[in-house]
Amino acid sequence: MNYYLLAVIKAVMVVAAVMLTLLYLQWIERKIIAHIQRRLGPHRVGPHGLLQPIADTFKLLIKEDLLPPGVNRFFYVLAPFLAISLSLISVSVIPFGPEIEVAGVKTWMQLTDLNIGVLFVLAISSLTVYSVVLAGWSSNSKYPLLGALRSAAQMIGYELPLGMAVAAPLLMSNTLSLRGIVESQNHYYGAFFPAWNVCRLPFPQALGLIVFMIAVFAETNRVPFDLPEAESELVAGFHTEYSSLKFAGFIMAEYANMITVCSMATTLFLGGWLPLWPARHGSDYFPVAVFVFFGAVAVYHGLHPARRRDAWSLRGFGFLLWLAAGVFLIPPARQVLLPLFWFLSKTCLLLFAFVWVRGTLPRFRYDQLMRFAWSFMFPVAVANLFLTGLLVALTS
Amino acid sequence: MEPALFLLFAAVAVVCAINVVVQRHPVSSALALIGVMAALAVEYLLLGAQFIFAAQVIVYAGAIMVLFIFVIMLLNAGAERRTHGSLIARLFGGPLLALLLGIIGSVVYVTFRRGPAVKFGAFTGGTAEHVGRAVFTTYLWPFEITSVLVLIAIVGAVVLAYKELE
Repeated sequence: MNYYLLAVIKAVMVVAAVMLTLLYLQWIERKIIAHIQRRLGPHRVGPHGLLQPIADTFKLLIKEDLLPPGVNRFFYVLAPFLAISLSLISVSVIPFGPEIEVAGVKTWMQLTDLNIGVLFVLAISSLTVYSVVLAGWSSNSKYPLLGALRSAAQMIGYELPLGMAVAAPLLMSNTLSLRGIVESQNHYYGAFFPAWNVCRLPFPQALGLIVFMIAVFAETNRVPFDLPEAESELVAGFHTEYSSLKFAGFIMAEYANMITVCSMATTLFLGGWLPLWPARHGSDYFPVAVFVFFGAVAVYHGLHPARRRDAWSLRGFGFLLWLAAGVFLIPPARQVLLPLFWFLSKTCLLLFAFVWVRGTLPRFRYDQLMRFAWSFMFPVAVANLFLTGLLVALTS
Repeated sequence: MEPALFLLFAAVAVVCAINVVVQRHPVSSALALIGVMAALAVEYLLLGAQFIFAAQVIVYAGAIMVLFIFVIMLLNAGAERRTHGSLIARLFGGPLLALLLGIIGSVVYVTFRRGPAVKFGAFTGGTAEHVGRAVFTTYLWPFEITSVLVLIAIVGAVVLAYKELE
């Protein structure tokens, strides 16, 4: 019984964390893109627009839920549910940290460790295409159908380089369990330089990481591969006919997928929860320094006369950051927070790359997209896999 | 726990399989077929064949059926019309179905009556490592011959596609 209780508690915590992250990921994305384009972004609802996601959710909740005539009702309703549930299932195998002990109970900071973890994530991600295809087809409308067809071709095309890019770090780690992959990266060259798969001998997987990231941009239908929802050609693509909560479902699934693939990249290539340099050289105090520094920056701006409008909110953020720095010094909290800090900082860097690319690059043309997949991504991924296999075989 | 789950997903597979035939729209039938494959994948997982589970989902549900649905949607096939059925089907359909099920049931009963009972969690040879070892040692020849066969099929598909272009 204890086991089930523990599993339920962990599942609730992970789901709550993911939901909160994807709620605020949208706010962060809007803010970053606004600053890339020299705008302010959302700033009316709450300090710095921090309550905007909650207002948006409320708005979507009370909107009229339209059911257009001529739709296939069962599949029309099924599609957004499928999108959300598939995007949340993969989180269950992502490891967030090592084994910890809370109140005498030992547990891993991971919901479950499958010995086919990587294949499980690939299997679930290969099913996500159905939510898009079903939504497009059941809407009984031109633009959604075209968007769904584009999406199916694109997702199949980019799944191959994705699979090849994932296989190369597996050769170096010699396991399919995500926990095992992180643990295999747990050593350092010359006591300082991390042996993460992205920079690990015999063949650093930097190329693999780049191919992986490009492929997941296409898999999650993000700019510059957002052809399935190109608004200049297809209105909104596969979710044109959706409104209210079902529309919110697709948006949530997109952000949840982003979180999942960034955590996968962190686990496979960037050493998961492992710190940048070993704890015996003081990496445990790095988060404290980071939070103290950014707290000082926020307080400085809060005290500056030019920022009078944000005086109290910036001072508040500063003190909250200092409080976070203090929490990192409490021993029972540290064992949970330190791995989480390293895992989240790597994942957030990758998520920032998603947003950065969206603010920078224009959309591909459809023929460019397909040619890029088959005549560049695929050969590069195969060459990377071949070289990795050769060098691993020669050195082991 | 496991026997209950096994029976549940077996029931799901049977219901979806009946749905494949009963549904009037080709897309609905194809999706019911995906349901069958997903339910079978869960059965594999329950029996300890984890790699087969992943392969089943990735290859069948994730790749082959996507192409099926892709083609059905491109052809824009509408719902089929229901006919009244031929006289032969109405007269002999029921008895023939009963006969077929009876034959399958008796064969399974005769073959597996003496065998050991299935124990959930007893089979541990289904991981990727075990399957890989078997494929590249014991079953190397069948595996390589199948690979060549697949290669021939790919070349054939490309040739056919080029003929269309010209």
